[in-house]
Amino acid sequence: MLSCKDVTRLLSESMDRSLPLGRRIGVRFHLLICRFCARYERQLLLIRETVRRLTATEEIPGETLSAEARERIRKSLATP
Amino acid sequence: MAKPANTDPAEWVDRYGDYLFRYTMLRLRDRSTAEDLVQETFLAALKNYASFSGKSSESTWLVGILKHKIIDHFRREAREAPLGENDLREHPDPSSFDSSGHWTSGPTDWGGNPADLYREKKFLDQLTKCLSELSPNHANAFTLREIEGADTGEICKVLNVTETNLWVILHRARMLLRRCLEARWFNRKTEKEP
Repeated sequence: MLSCKDVTRLLSESMDRSLPLGRRIGVRFHLLICRFCARYERQLLLIRETVRRLTATEEIPGETLSAEARERIRKSLATP
Repeated sequence: MAKPANTDPAEWVDRYGDYLFRYTMLRLRDRSTAEDLVQETFLAALKNYASFSGKSSESTWLVGILKHKIIDHFRREAREAPLGENDLREHPDPSSFDSSGHWTSGPTDWGGNPADLYREKKFLDQLTKCLSELSPNHANAFTLREIEGADTGEICKVLNVTETNLWVILHRARMLLRRCLEARWFNRKTEKEP
């Protein structure tokens, strides 16, 4: 029987490689009866999905280059 | 075939500077390093301007150069601070589980499915903070895997770790990041917004 601790490790691993069949079945079975681990999986996937959308968007929210950096870079380009 | 008209390099900073900067900040989270890499990217682009084929857009071309610089930065960091014992300790968050491996207090309900989270600047701030609190090896492994979308084989080469160690690192990174986001964002938000 897999413990929750085992399942969290295997859930992460399954995001990086395909688990052997026996493991996969063990994890799926555990998720049917354990709402915490099921929730844990949903949250890891939400984080993955959010990060992917963030990287896919052209308009990443965030700060801009400082005026100093902008000026410095502009100068370095003008005098290569 | 005539080259499509490109922007004058003098306009690059205004046109692409902020985009490249934010792109780098999302991955490195350090202002001065990000500024340096953006500058190096423009300089490398200027040097190789003649060889720019125009097959891709100018911004794609610049991001391609920047990506290499970011990976080089990760490689350098991994060389300077190789994996420590702490990076691989069996479980990142032992208090979450009892001695038989069951949750002591499980993940809390985050409510709904906030699909638009990625647009929120404040969420990004918390994500950045949480990533900064991880050890550099954990943060860089997570960044390469989830932000860059690199496969594990590639990441092993950049960070100079075995695949087994990388799984441990990514597991730890995800678990700590989840816990941090829960504390800093998901729980806080439900408290503040009645």
